[in-house]
Amino acid sequence: MRSDRNQKTPLGLKIAAGLGLIFLHAPILLIFVYAFTTEEKSYQWPPPGLTTQWFAVTWNRPDVWEALSLSVRVAAISTAIAVVLGTLCAAAVSRSKFFGRETVSLLVILPIALPGIITGIALRSAFALTDIPFSFWTIILGHATFCVVVVYNNAVARFRRTSGSMIEASMDLGADGFQTFRYVVLPNIATALLAGGMLAFALSFDEVIVTTFTAGQQQTLPIWMLEELIRPRQRPVTNVVAMVVVLVTLLPILLAYYLTRDGDQIAGSGK
Amino acid sequence: MTSAVSFQKVSRHFGTVRAVDAVDLDIVPGEFFAMLGPSGSGKTTCLRLIAGFEQPTAGSISIFGERAEGVPPYRRNVNTVFQDYALFPHLNILDNVAYGLMVKGVGKAERHKAAEDALALVRLPGYGERRPGQLSGGQRQRVALARALVNQPKVLLLDEPLGALDLKLRENMQEELKSLQKALGITFIFVTHDQGEALSMADRVAVFNDGKIMQVGTPQDIYERPATRFVADFVGSSNVLPPDFVQRYSGQRRWGSLRPEAIRVGKATRGDGVSARLVSANYLGATTRLALDADGLRLHAVVPAGTKLPEEGEALVLTFNRDQLHLMDEPA
Repeated sequence: MRSDRNQKTPLGLKIAAGLGLIFLHAPILLIFVYAFTTEEKSYQWPPPGLTTQWFAVTWNRPDVWEALSLSVRVAAISTAIAVVLGTLCAAAVSRSKFFGRETVSLLVILPIALPGIITGIALRSAFALTDIPFSFWTIILGHATFCVVVVYNNAVARFRRTSGSMIEASMDLGADGFQTFRYVVLPNIATALLAGGMLAFALSFDEVIVTTFTAGQQQTLPIWMLEELIRPRQRPVTNVVAMVVVLVTLLPILLAYYLTRDGDQIAGSGK
Repeated sequence: MTSAVSFQKVSRHFGTVRAVDAVDLDIVPGEFFAMLGPSGSGKTTCLRLIAGFEQPTAGSISIFGERAEGVPPYRRNVNTVFQDYALFPHLNILDNVAYGLMVKGVGKAERHKAAEDALALVRLPGYGERRPGQLSGGQRQRVALARALVNQPKVLLLDEPLGALDLKLRENMQEELKSLQKALGITFIFVTHDQGEALSMADRVAVFNDGKIMQVGTPQDIYERPATRFVADFVGSSNVLPPDFVQRYSGQRRWGSLRPEAIRVGKATRGDGVSARLVSANYLGATTRLALDADGLRLHAVVPAGTKLPEEGEALVLTFNRDQLHLMDEPA
């Protein structure tokens, strides 16, 4: 079936599409509304009154800051690891031919296809088996498994679009390996790495499942929120934090989308 | 005198494939040298060996007397114009041309000045601010040339430099490359599969086949006195004559070659010669190429435009001067 621009969209289809979008996004708006409610013990609709006091309360809660700081540190370090490993792996897979190349490519992508719970259980039993205590670094290890995939996918796509003889040309003109990477390779893959890194950061920042299996007593922000929902005190604080999480993860994803949208930008139609 | 590039028994094997097999080669400084051959004949691998992108499996290479094995591409005073030009899309034209000087640590003002001069040399002055994507194929080729020449290499390597250009542009670039080479006095080594290009541009030509050099010589040597059947057939599409045929005309039992333009085509009634029938005629503009059947032997003749053409299937007599018949080295 082919879509015809001139044909009028049936009204029923429009309504169905609208309802679908409302179903997807209205609950998020609901979270924002409850961040301003005066009722702190239960989510009552409509809110009995509106207040901004919860922002101040959240600001003064040390446990929020602890969780937020842990999440930011975990996401930042996981992303850094992913950018380095993902780029190296992408370079190897797209620049050279070796035995088992396709297998390596598949194995790298696998963690994102596997359900998080499998990755989580697997890592937990592996840590237990090797007597590694749960710590900040075990959380990072768990997150890095799927962050690498995101960076790898972006980098591989960009490597495929850049001409291989460019690297040879750079060497030919007198640049050694480091200079070639600095002046030719990096500028050509930079936006792909930035986009991949941002997606990785956003993924890590709101990860729950793998984290529950690989964290010890520490709480990342999403885990803190889960715990907080069970407690009947100062509930809107959770909503305030949720708003922050939405903003922190949405912005990098939007930016990543804009960075990779212009496919030809790198291929040469300069501005 | 030291050779610009010298190969001694150089081989480059990829697994069981002998891309280059025991090649000896000496390229004179300041010469315009062509490596001609069909694809897969080893000519591009030879170029990459000189550039340093490949290392020989055996044998030794020297560039102006210096051993080249193990020397990385960035430490060789050799630059390459790539087949796909390989311009850097993230840099403008000026920075592309200045790249080689930039990585050597030449200051911005000085290297931009040198890049401007190089662009003027290839007749693209004032194009520095543009991006590679905004140029045509021919212009990109000139930029690639300027980018290589700005480093003042001792040897310039050109990999199928005109392959991606259309006919008119090719002819212009051929003349331009030739005069540029004369003016600069740099040794040019270029790889091509187009025999016309090799003959018209080069001072000397090496004909490659199956990883070996079949013949090295001036274009006249190669064209008029091919050493082997392969060279005769690949360069200039000469008629390759079997030993039996050659014996009848020269007395020697050797393979021979006869250029198509050396054959005169006449009516069957006139005198003696090789009797043949016309199979087909190809109109080529300035000439017409005739395919002839001489008692099972397929021959080609070229006649100038305006000659009255015989009918297809018509019985003809072919004549040629005995001294035009070239005896090849290849044994019968």
